[in-house]
Amino acid sequence: MSTVAIAPESALMPKRHYANVRHSVASWLLTTDHKRIAILYLVSITLFFAVGGFFAMMVRLELLTPKGDLLDGDTYNKMFTLHGIIMIFFFLIPSIPAVLGNFLIPLMVGAKDLAFPKINLFSWYLYIIAGVVAVTALVKGGVDTGWTFYTPYSSTYAKTEVFLAVSAAFVAGFSSILTGLNFIVTIHKMRAPGLTWFRLPLFVWAHYATSLIQILGTPIIAITLVLVAVERIWGKGIFDPSLGGDPVLFQHMFWFYSHPAVYIMILPGMGVISEVITCFSRKRIFGYEFIAFSSLAIAIVGFLVWGHHMFVSTQSTYAGMVFSFLSFLVAVPSAIKVFNWTATLYKGEITFEAPMLYAFGFIGLFTIGGLTGLFLAAMATDIHFHDTYFVVAHFHYVMVGGMVMGFLCGIHYWWPKMTGRMYPPLLASIAAALVFVGFNCTFFPQFVLGYLGMPRRYHEYAQEFQVLNVMSTAGASILGLGYFIPGVYFIWSLFWGPVAGPNPWHAKGLEWQTTSPPPTFNFEEDRPIVVEEAYAYSIEGAESVS
Amino acid sequence: MSQHVVPPSVYVKVFGGLTILMILTWVMAFVNLGVFNPVVAVTIAILKALLIVLFFMNVKYSSRLTWVFVAGGFFWLLILFFMVMPDYLSRDWQAPVQPW
Repeated sequence: MSTVAIAPESALMPKRHYANVRHSVASWLLTTDHKRIAILYLVSITLFFAVGGFFAMMVRLELLTPKGDLLDGDTYNKMFTLHGIIMIFFFLIPSIPAVLGNFLIPLMVGAKDLAFPKINLFSWYLYIIAGVVAVTALVKGGVDTGWTFYTPYSSTYAKTEVFLAVSAAFVAGFSSILTGLNFIVTIHKMRAPGLTWFRLPLFVWAHYATSLIQILGTPIIAITLVLVAVERIWGKGIFDPSLGGDPVLFQHMFWFYSHPAVYIMILPGMGVISEVITCFSRKRIFGYEFIAFSSLAIAIVGFLVWGHHMFVSTQSTYAGMVFSFLSFLVAVPSAIKVFNWTATLYKGEITFEAPMLYAFGFIGLFTIGGLTGLFLAAMATDIHFHDTYFVVAHFHYVMVGGMVMGFLCGIHYWWPKMTGRMYPPLLASIAAALVFVGFNCTFFPQFVLGYLGMPRRYHEYAQEFQVLNVMSTAGASILGLGYFIPGVYFIWSLFWGPVAGPNPWHAKGLEWQTTSPPPTFNFEEDRPIVVEEAYAYSIEGAESVS
Repeated sequence: MSQHVVPPSVYVKVFGGLTILMILTWVMAFVNLGVFNPVVAVTIAILKALLIVLFFMNVKYSSRLTWVFVAGGFFWLLILFFMVMPDYLSRDWQAPVQPW
């Protein structure tokens, strides 16, 4: 085992970089620099994460006891609905693409900026407008449909702020589409000389696949939400059977986007893990092409599996069988990634910096989340598990255990690049351990609760489920602490952290060949020319840039 | 990057075509063609969409790569249709569940 040197003492902060080139508030709010826009997103999603986390805390506190002591049923319904809407549309979906993707993709492809810088800023404003609308829905009394907006409850019967919540998701969708569009054009058109498709970092491949889902799937959820609004406002029968509509059609259209949306959340996380695993194993990644194509396979096959959310919705059993088979199929490319990351570790010079700890956490938790998904993809077991806490545990293992771990992994890995400063490594490792332990304490008991039959979305439950619920709530408090600590040391590091230097991890990739933080147009000198494959860690003396 | 310049007269003609198709949609809503009503309505809708995509969105003058992405979008829409339809078509195939 070797140690990666951190922050050479001779490292100096560049005098001029993207963050200090101008200081006014207007210079930030009107910027077209992809790195500044990434920072705007980072601040925004962190705020929404805190809001969504507050609702999660209320849910867990309520479930500490079997009776509805803290919240009544209606308020509880609003709490889990707002938790879901905020976390999914305003944190999980934009987090890695809009923050890390925005910051890194132009750097990784050797470009000065994204293809459409103004559209990039516009997408942030759309996101903020959507966020304001969501908060307005919250202030006006909230919404209680669940984040899935199932009809006809949402379109006809709900007395809460459904229209505002649907509008917020609709506008946020356009922000997502524009970000994906920008990435695709940038990756196609703006790669540095010598940067062929198979020399691209896997982070870029993952974002390319994610962007495809964003531009192909998001319009469907947008039109679906418009139809919900049309039925709700004008009473046109589209989904409500009493008006001649079909509620199962809503589920088809909703999940056609919302299942692939899981891959919008997890694929960028997988891209982060590919970068970190190679760096801290000091090895070229095992099976580069397989990982690259598995991202595309997940994006494509992920569009064919949505019916597994509908096995008990009166969907035809025959259609269910096809969806079940396809759902098992999508596990194959996901497994390829996990096997290849593990194979990359084999005989690697592994070091255990905080990003690597998060990467290990990602692999373990995502694997559990993925494997428990197979229980839900099988029609027979899904009938037992449907709408129980098993489902809640499963998707939190994928989205929180996978995606949030991936996000924290990426933030810890590229923080020195983004800010030019290091954070305290020991504290970061402790926080990573707390997140891992807290997460498992929170969500593993929920698998058992679901197996025992505890339904989701109820504020009261049978006495026999209390012990596991107490464990879950206690775990959530550890998890909350694990999330809070990085917030503190990241802010500390902005002012007092040791200077990182351009490449504190001795990593490969164009983003590490420029200063930390980078200049406004990313590279001080001429555009870089790429002369070697990605992740050439084991090739002595190889240079990324000539 | 060179860009094809479309004369304004083309946009005017396309606008005229779209207006005629809109009026045709409205007129056809009052004509009873039985099962062919939706067929006619969808055909008109496809024609409108084609005009918008080809001319207003400039796809007619764009690169092959753009064509691939546009075709991909329509292919994804077909996936939605062709995987939803079997659900509706095969629901009646199942024998009713017998009570215990």
